Amino acid sequence: MKILVGIKRVVDYNVRIRVRSDGSGIDTDGVKMSINPFDEIALEEALRIREAGLAEEVIVVSLGGNECQQQLRTGLAMGADRAIQIDTDADLQPLTIARAFFKIVEKEQPGLVLMGKQAIDGDNSQTGQMLAALWDRPQATFASGLSLSGNTATVVREVDAGLETIEVDLPAVVSVDLRLNEPRFVKLPDIMKAKRKPLDVISMDDLGVTAENDLKVSHYAPPPKREKGIMVEDAAQLVAELRNRGLV
Amino acid sequence: MSETATEREIMEYDVIIVGAGPAGLACAIRLKQLKPDLMVAVIEKSAEIGAHILSGAVIEPAALDELLPAWRESPPPICIPVERDEIALLTATSKRKLPTPPQQKNHGNFIVSLGALCAWMAPQAEALGVDIFPGYAAAGVHYLQNGAVGGVIIGDMGVDRQGNPKDTYMQGIEIHAPLTVMAEGCRGHLSKQLITKFKLDADSDPQAYGIGIKELWQVAPGKCKPGLVQHSIGWPLDTKTYGGSFIYHMDKDRVAVGFVCALDYSDPEFSPFEAFQQFKHHPSVKPLFEGGEILSGGARTIIEGGAQSLPKVEMPGALLIGDAAGLLNLPKIKGTHQAIRSGMLAASHIAEGSTAEGFDETLRASPIMKELHKVRNIRPGFNKGLWRGLITAAIETVTVGKLPRTLHNHADYSSLTKLQDMEPVDRPWVKRSLAPRDRLASVYFAATDHDEDQLVHLQILEPDVCITRCGEEYGHPCTRFCPANVYEMVTDQMTEEGGSTANQHLQINAANCVHCKTCDIKDPYQIINWVTPEGGSGPNYQNL
Repeated sequence: MKILVGIKRVVDYNVRIRVRSDGSGIDTDGVKMSINPFDEIALEEALRIREAGLAEEVIVVSLGGNECQQQLRTGLAMGADRAIQIDTDADLQPLTIARAFFKIVEKEQPGLVLMGKQAIDGDNSQTGQMLAALWDRPQATFASGLSLSGNTATVVREVDAGLETIEVDLPAVVSVDLRLNEPRFVKLPDIMKAKRKPLDVISMDDLGVTAENDLKVSHYAPPPKREKGIMVEDAAQLVAELRNRGLV
Repeated sequence: MSETATEREIMEYDVIIVGAGPAGLACAIRLKQLKPDLMVAVIEKSAEIGAHILSGAVIEPAALDELLPAWRESPPPICIPVERDEIALLTATSKRKLPTPPQQKNHGNFIVSLGALCAWMAPQAEALGVDIFPGYAAAGVHYLQNGAVGGVIIGDMGVDRQGNPKDTYMQGIEIHAPLTVMAEGCRGHLSKQLITKFKLDADSDPQAYGIGIKELWQVAPGKCKPGLVQHSIGWPLDTKTYGGSFIYHMDKDRVAVGFVCALDYSDPEFSPFEAFQQFKHHPSVKPLFEGGEILSGGARTIIEGGAQSLPKVEMPGALLIGDAAGLLNLPKIKGTHQAIRSGMLAASHIAEGSTAEGFDETLRASPIMKELHKVRNIRPGFNKGLWRGLITAAIETVTVGKLPRTLHNHADYSSLTKLQDMEPVDRPWVKRSLAPRDRLASVYFAATDHDEDQLVHLQILEPDVCITRCGEEYGHPCTRFCPANVYEMVTDQMTEEGGSTANQHLQINAANCVHCKTCDIKDPYQIINWVTPEGGSGPNYQNL
């Protein structure tokens, strides 16, 4: 069985996000970029499944310009067998990404597609679901536990009421949550090995996919700044201040 | 170095360079230019190249011209030609312009982000075949049986706070190489070990350091004058303390502002961070930042000792270059060109003889050292205060350092005055309104990140001294000199029968650390030992 893992290049979770002053987007100048942390968990899970002997090959896929090869190489260094870059400089929305992924799915015929439940930049949480619909295969989202047996995957999901356990037939799309696993550190010699692993570049045009953005972002704005608080002497003053502001 | 039960994995190179700063990268690039077949690796503790680099920075381009002759065709992302220099003497309320000393004339120089410059150099090194490994910290030295340096040991990852392996545990590998080049920058923790082990500083003065704190601001439109370089001396420092400020006007309304202060200050109550923030509130400075916002910030120590403090820069199997050796030219307030040139010099030395031997002599006979020799008396001249320092600086500048005298440096840790001997200090600090509010707010702009569940990388060798002697003699200066609020004295209330007792203990907020090394240098008992945390930890500086 092949496992396909989608990984996205995003602004690192430690970086303080700044909106560009003209509101056209996020400032990424000189900013550290990483694999979306949820996707890293998806890759770790794929590697563990392969190491348990339940899969033969793990393929990492990403969409974007050449800069996303850096994240693909990291994926290869973690242990993926090969990588595919769908080359495009278009502005990407989930449906476009799902369509492009579907082309790769058709070509590679994976038994399982794993990806993060969402990317920490757009927080859309749509690509996995859309891919499952296009592919007409089952989906299991927000997995915090995953086990495979024969042609079924048992997935534990974190839902509002607690944990929900479902079974899906393979092939399927599984999107993963934070508590599924803790990704491994990359071993230094594996970085060298990753340089020699195959990384195929396919242009998105050649896949017959064009970026159709049905959603238009008009502008970005940071959340309003919190006003400075005041120190009150006692409860009476607190009540008075709250009354003044019409809050009680 | 920890004892290991299993054999570590080993990688072999011809040359291993520790630290991907300007010195290390220049050395790597020049090695491959001279000998393309040489196997060269650079390891770097920051998660990305440039993320632990913090510098002014105005650089002299001659060294880059030599290393990468075509660099001006595709310059680093931040590279603004200097248009004008200004130097001023500040009092609490006034500013007086001074004539620009010749060392600080910056015509032909460039304002850069040194972090961005390194991130720009790294791919050029990789294109030549250098293997660069960011996110891997050299935690120990690998010694050969004959005692020579034989490479480095990468730190283990996935170790918990008590030192036990976690699920993600990964043993660090050893990198073996006939030659190790230490390019860790100021007060590198392995360089420190090597200097002690091989007694490299036996014939030199104690090293002298400063701390530099820097912020990058986006100022309100119209306030930034690209290419303007402003320096100041005087307020908020008293005349006994050596230091000053810089304001570099870059492009896109970005302004770098920073404050440097020598670590041989004597007042244990002094806080370099507060001095920097006070400087920003000087009436001549504050308007520039009003209505702006901080993009990033951080701190790093600077090596100031110059020629007389330069240790021997070779030992069996290893070399020291750049600020790990101590080649910064303080009166110019520049070290990058010296770092790059020393990296290149080390590369040609290695390419010629494949040995460390003779590098010390080569370096001392080079223009790098001549430059330091000329200005050797300027920094120690300030040991006697600002006014006498300025006079010494003027004399030494006019005579180009040819007077047959060498003033000496003293150790920074020994310069604090005990509280009981302190005269009361008057600090007319103003109430601040510009960001950041305090040191914790400031750390946020360094985007520093350490997994909380790892060994504390600030080792206190004698914790009792903190509570007993230090509290009494100096009042815990670590809680003030650290720019990131790593050190905190915490009172534990214990209620026992017959009353309650309050015990103090030192809390180390290691996750805040920005890797500046001030504590390792300034702690008066020399009981704080900075070691490298898990690779990839630490600040994530952007364009500093």
